[in-house]
Amino acid sequence: MTNLKPRLYTLGAVLIIAVLGATGYVWNVRQDQAESLANAPQVATAGDPAALRGQPHVVFRNTAAGESYGKVAVVPLADPDGPRAFTPASCERVYATADDAVCLSAERGLVTSYKARVLDSTWQPTQELSLTGIPSRTRLSRDGTLAATTTFVFGDSYANPGQFSTRTLVTRVDGEEIGDLEKFKLVVDGKTITASDKNMWGVTFADDDKFYVTAASGGKTWLAEGSLSKRTVTTIRTDVECPSLSPDGTRIAFKKHGDLPAGQWRLAVYDLRTGKETVLDPTNNLDDQAEWLDNETVIYGLPRDSSSDVWQVPADGSGSPQVFIPDAWSPAVVR
Amino acid sequence: MYVSLRDRPGSEEGAGTGSTVKRVSSTVVLLGVVSLLTDISSEMVASVLPLYLTVAVGLSPVAYGFLDGMYQGVSAFLRIAGGYAGDRGGQPKWVAVVGYGASALSRLAMLPAAGFAAITAVVTVDRLGKGLRTAPRDALIAEASDPKMLGRAFGVHRTLDTIGAALGPLVAFALLASVPGSYDSIWVVSFAVATVGVAVLVLFVPNLRNKSATARIGLRRALREVSSTRLRRPLLAAAALGLLTVGDGFLYLSLQERDDLAALYFPLLYVGTNIAYLALAVPMGRLADRVGRARVLVAGHGALLACYLLAALPAGGIGLTLGVLMLLGVFYAATDGVLPALVSRLVPAEARGSGIAAAQTVVALTRFASSVIFGLLWAVQGPSKSLLLFAGLLLFAIPLVAWLLRGIDRTEEATA
Repeated sequence: MTNLKPRLYTLGAVLIIAVLGATGYVWNVRQDQAESLANAPQVATAGDPAALRGQPHVVFRNTAAGESYGKVAVVPLADPDGPRAFTPASCERVYATADDAVCLSAERGLVTSYKARVLDSTWQPTQELSLTGIPSRTRLSRDGTLAATTTFVFGDSYANPGQFSTRTLVTRVDGEEIGDLEKFKLVVDGKTITASDKNMWGVTFADDDKFYVTAASGGKTWLAEGSLSKRTVTTIRTDVECPSLSPDGTRIAFKKHGDLPAGQWRLAVYDLRTGKETVLDPTNNLDDQAEWLDNETVIYGLPRDSSSDVWQVPADGSGSPQVFIPDAWSPAVVR
Repeated sequence: MYVSLRDRPGSEEGAGTGSTVKRVSSTVVLLGVVSLLTDISSEMVASVLPLYLTVAVGLSPVAYGFLDGMYQGVSAFLRIAGGYAGDRGGQPKWVAVVGYGASALSRLAMLPAAGFAAITAVVTVDRLGKGLRTAPRDALIAEASDPKMLGRAFGVHRTLDTIGAALGPLVAFALLASVPGSYDSIWVVSFAVATVGVAVLVLFVPNLRNKSATARIGLRRALREVSSTRLRRPLLAAAALGLLTVGDGFLYLSLQERDDLAALYFPLLYVGTNIAYLALAVPMGRLADRVGRARVLVAGHGALLACYLLAALPAGGIGLTLGVLMLLGVFYAATDGVLPALVSRLVPAEARGSGIAAAQTVVALTRFASSVIFGLLWAVQGPSKSLLLFAGLLLFAIPLVAWLLRGIDRTEEATA
């Protein structure tokens, strides 16, 4: 290797181009972000989030660009795509009843930490619940006394294929922990599963003892019915994820994987009385725990670019999906 | 002895200054800088990939796990090909350039890539690049270093490499803090850093050929060297130990299962291991040069055994968690750079890349097999019992391997 000088100059040139190119790009993105934030169409804001609780309403996470991105918002059920009222709470996922709400929030930093909080009817935090991992799902029981949270606790690294793990906790809203569902007894076809690769996610409460949940072990997923008092989870049917029980307790809306490629699901409803299964939205990929608007309609979130919308579809499979609330995520219907 | 006996550039430099403490060759430091930049670049991407895939692309963690596991076999195969190509063409540097270059370009390909298949392809190209470059790069390190201080040379290289791996996630987090949600900025900056790394490699790292090797070796010769009796026992030892090496991901998972604190700081666990590794890579390399590489390699697995036992304890706590991370760092410091240092002295210079590649491939494949086996065991009987089983087998394997490698250090000295 001869002639150090030209090589040093070349490196200098590469270095300058790399530094200028990279900073220029990032600076440009920063400007664009600031601009689009400034030009973002303002979502119409109206009403008092506490006063709205007197009438039927929908609580959701606002995903419209702007300073209220991520804030919990409320709209009256009578005018879901009209002006929204913002609460002071910011949540990745939220669920609410008439009396309280549960909010899974992220505090971003070098180590992003996540919190689960119970909020009272005026959206003030009253209780912190234990939470580990990236927030995925949360639900309250109908009377608002039980909270369930599901988080993802990642497997690391290239060397461990297929490793991932969820943690699903059921807690009383006063903070008393009822349990980690993976520690409950899992019964599949009458046999207790002792394998430790059990995973549970996406709780929906029937009453203050009975609940439904997704159970998984050995690469299979099931709809399972659980009992908090007996600390058991019993599977009912395969290929059901993120169940959501209808208000009348007769049907389960869920995401079905079927024979789709990895990471794809469709919204379907399973009738607990007849065992009939109906796919509601055969085109859109669903990765959400659906919610029931009433006994006839299911609502669910679908991502769109950097935002997301809440859609509605008839629960009997008779109609096509329509946007219910634009720029929204994680809806909870409160009557 | 057909192992090259000529002086290495590193030793000349040391002798020239009359210094008693010999310095590591500038080529080794340059290769370390290349690895540092490349690792900043790749760890930037690796640290945001889970979040990007699940939050921005909308894949579920199941699909992510699948993505993660898919390139093992191909990467291992390419490692051998890279080692052999470097030996065969006598151009280890340019084989390494192709490997580093492929990884750098894969960052740019992340910009238009959308969806599961495209991202899988891009990530695979990155891992293939890594597979291709490792052996010829290590052959260059061996070529540029005084045989007596190979352990230290590899230690210096691995230290720089690990510093890059530790900086990468920090750069990524800083970027995401300044331009929230702009993953494209991550790919662009990552590409820029990797490009500078490739430039340093192309412009400053000499393409050290084996002057002693007049004939470039053919495939048959390379195969014969790799399967020679001198390498048979080290390869067998590496295979036995590799089969009993549980992936760190599993160790971290077992820590977070028993300990909520470890679960909270899950993303930081590997940083703890890296700190121990980078602090110890050079001292362990020097120790290996002094007391024997095989000895340090075997002792490193003793640290791994202790690590399993600590991780298998039912109760957690911050002290135990830190203990596991530190022991894991000791294990990597005592093995990762020491193995190529050991192997590179057992094959003739013209087959060095192939020899190093063979050893590293054996380790990669057996560790992969071990991960699969351990994953299955974990599913059936949980982490504690599985770790204890592996610890028991390792307790049996360590003396066996020590016996297999007896006299290797002396063989090495005789050749140097």
